[in-house]
Amino acid sequence: MLSMTPKEITERKALRINPAKTCQPIGAMYAALGIHSCLPHSHGSQGCYAYHRSHLTRHFREPVMASTSSFTEGASVFGGAPNLRQALKNIFQIYDPDVVAVHTTCLSETIGDDLPSIIKKAKDDGIIPDGKWVIHTNTPSYVGSHVTGFSNMVRGIVDYFSQSMGETKDRINVIPGYVEPSDMREIKRMTEEMGVKSLVFPDTSDVLDTPQTAQYAMYPKGGVTIETLCSTGDSKATLALGPFASEQAAKAMETKCNVPFQVLDLPIGVSATDRFVQAIMDVTGKEVPESMEYERGRLMDIMTDMQHHLLNKEVAVFGDPDHLISLCEFLINMGMRPKYVITGTPGKRFDLRIKGILKDWAPNAIVKSDADIFYLHQLIKNDPVDLIIGNTYGKYVAHAEDIPIVRFGFPILDRVGHSYFPTVGYRGGMYLLTNIANTILERKDRDDPDEFFELIM
Amino acid sequence: MRKIAIYGKGGIGKSTTTQNLVAGLIEMGEKVMVVGCDPKADSTRLLLGGLHQQSVLDTLREEGEDVELDDVRKEGYGGTLCVESGGPEPGVGCAGRGIITSINLLESLGAYEEGEGIDYVFYDVLGDVVCGGFAMPMREGKAKEIYIVCSGEMMAMYAANNICKGIVKFAESGGIRLGGIICNSRKVDNEEEMIKEFAKRLGTRMIYFVPRDNMVQKAEINRKTVIEYEPDCEQATHYRNLAKCIAENDNYVIPKPMPTDDLEKILIEFGILD
Repeated sequence: MLSMTPKEITERKALRINPAKTCQPIGAMYAALGIHSCLPHSHGSQGCYAYHRSHLTRHFREPVMASTSSFTEGASVFGGAPNLRQALKNIFQIYDPDVVAVHTTCLSETIGDDLPSIIKKAKDDGIIPDGKWVIHTNTPSYVGSHVTGFSNMVRGIVDYFSQSMGETKDRINVIPGYVEPSDMREIKRMTEEMGVKSLVFPDTSDVLDTPQTAQYAMYPKGGVTIETLCSTGDSKATLALGPFASEQAAKAMETKCNVPFQVLDLPIGVSATDRFVQAIMDVTGKEVPESMEYERGRLMDIMTDMQHHLLNKEVAVFGDPDHLISLCEFLINMGMRPKYVITGTPGKRFDLRIKGILKDWAPNAIVKSDADIFYLHQLIKNDPVDLIIGNTYGKYVAHAEDIPIVRFGFPILDRVGHSYFPTVGYRGGMYLLTNIANTILERKDRDDPDEFFELIM
Repeated sequence: MRKIAIYGKGGIGKSTTTQNLVAGLIEMGEKVMVVGCDPKADSTRLLLGGLHQQSVLDTLREEGEDVELDDVRKEGYGGTLCVESGGPEPGVGCAGRGIITSINLLESLGAYEEGEGIDYVFYDVLGDVVCGGFAMPMREGKAKEIYIVCSGEMMAMYAANNICKGIVKFAESGGIRLGGIICNSRKVDNEEEMIKEFAKRLGTRMIYFVPRDNMVQKAEINRKTVIEYEPDCEQATHYRNLAKCIAENDNYVIPKPMPTDDLEKILIEFGILD
C-alpha cells in the first residue's frame, strides 16, 4: 500500500504525510472526559466534533459524548458567542451535566472568540445554573498536537477548579499524563498500595473502560468529582507525569495555590517507575511495600529471562513525546537499540532529552520531533529495523516493509487491550515487555528455517 | 506594570504619537516595552531608527515554534524594548490571528514577567477593531487602559466611537477601561472644543491636544522621535506633556458610545462655524 514511498529523503517544509500526531481538541476532549459528569463541548463547526468523538470511540471502543457550537457561515463572520450561549442553554436543559468543558477549534481561534467573556456573560445572564460549571481552554490545532490540547485542558481544570483553603492536607496530586484509563487506574492502585492518599486527575478509568452491564449511562461512575478537583489546591505536592502533557498544569497549580510540584517522566519501564515511586517516598515519607518490591522483581525477572532475545534488536519508535522518552529508556534497559525516534509533536527539548537517553547505547539514532510517519518509512527503507513500536498508523509501514509491530500509544484502532491493561508501573512494564518479547519470538518462529525452529525459546 | 493599548483610525498617527510619548516616558526614567500590532510592522521605526527586521510572525515562520525572546525583541531609544508582531502581506492570510499568535507567544516567552522590570507596555494596534484578533490586546486583561487617538475629522471620530463599542464589550470581563482621547490635530476648525465635547459625550475626556507641527514630519524622515531629533523644540514639549498626562491619569471609564446621528450632530454644532 505504501510501495510508492521513495527511498531518497528530500527536504520538506510545507508538507506532512501520515502525521505522527493529531488535533489539539482530541486531547482536550479526552482530558475533559476524566472529570465526573462532564460533557466536553467543541466550540466550532460540526465536522471537528464528529471526527474527534469518533476517533476517541474507535480507540476506546466506548461511546464518547460531546456537544458542539455548530458554527455556520454566520458564526464565522459574526463570532460564535450566540451559538455557545444557545448550546449551553440546550445542554443544561437536556443533558444536565455537572461540568461543560469547552475547547476551541481552528475556526473559533481564527475568529478570535473570547471564551472567558462569553462564559462570564452566560453565567451573569443565568444560562449556567447554580452549582454547575463551564470551564474552557484554547486549542488551536495549528499549534502543537493532541498532547498540547490535553495539557491545555488539564491546565484549564486547574485554573477553574483548584482552590487553596489554606490548610495543607496529607495527600498528593498526581497528573497522570495522556495515558490510558488502565494506566490511570494503575497509578491510583500504586499510590494506594503505598498507603498514600492521592488525587489523580484527570481520571478516565470507569469512564472509557466501563463494564458491559446492558445499561447505558451518559455519565459513567468514573471521573474526578468537582469536590475533589476543588480540593487539589490543598495537597502537599503535585507529581506531574510527562513534561509535555502535565507540566503546564502543575506549574499553574503552584502559581495559583502554592502547591510545589515535580515533573517526572511517565512511569513506563523499570527506571521511570522507580523514579515515580521514589518521588512518592520523598514527598510522603512512605516506604515501598513488599508487594510492590515483588512486582518490580517479577518485571526484572522477565527482563533477564528475555534478555538474550532482545539484546541489540534495532527498533523504530514513533508516537507522543512523553511516551517515547520513557519507552526509549526502557528499551535501553533491555539492551535493545532504538534506531529511529519520531514524534509529530513539536519541541526541541524532546530531541535533546531522547539524545541524552540514547547517547551511550544508541548514539547514532535519528531523533526528530515535528516529523511524520512518511519520513520514518523512508528511514526504514534506507536501513531497516527489527521491530516497530508505535500506534496503529504504523501498520502500513510494517506491512510494506514486512517488519513486526507492537502497538503502543495513541491511537490504537485495530487491536484490543490497551484500555484495560496498563503500560505504566511495574505491572504495566510486564504487559508491555511481554508484548514486545512475544512479537519478536513470533517473528522468529515465522522466519526460522526448520533446523533453527525451536520448541523452547 | 501599566498595560496600555492605543487604538484609532488608520493613518491618524497612532504609531507616531505612541513612540513620541514613549520617548517622553523614557526621559522620565520609565522602562517601556512597545508591542506593534500592525502587519506593516512600522510601530517601532522611530524608536529603533529604522524598521524592525525580525517580526514575531516572521521568526515563527522561519524558525518554527522554538522562538527565543531575544530573537524578536530589540532594544531601541533609551532602552525601550521593541517588538513587532508583523503579519501577512496585504490580500493574504489572517492578520487578526497573527496578533493573537504573537501576543500569546510573547506571554509564554515571559516578556511580561515581573522580573523584566517593565513599567509600561504599549500595544499599538492598527486601524479599526474589525475582528477578534484586533481586539486581542483588550482581552483577558492583557491591556488595562486604552487611549484613542483621534482628530476633528468626521471619520476619525466615527472610528473612535466604534472602538468604544469594542471597549464596552470587553470592559466587564477583561476589566479594560478607556483612559481618554488623545487629539492629534489635523487643524480642523474648532477642533479642540469639538473633541473635548466628543470625549465628554463618550463619558471620558480629552487627555491632551497635540498640535500639528511639521517638526513631526522632519523627525519621522530622520527615523527619530521628535524628542530625540530636536529635544528643545515646542513639539517635543507637547509630547513630554502628553507623557506626563498619561503617567498621572486617574480617569478610567467604560465609555458610552453614541448613535451615529448624535455624532453627526456634534460635527454640525461644533464643526461648521459659518
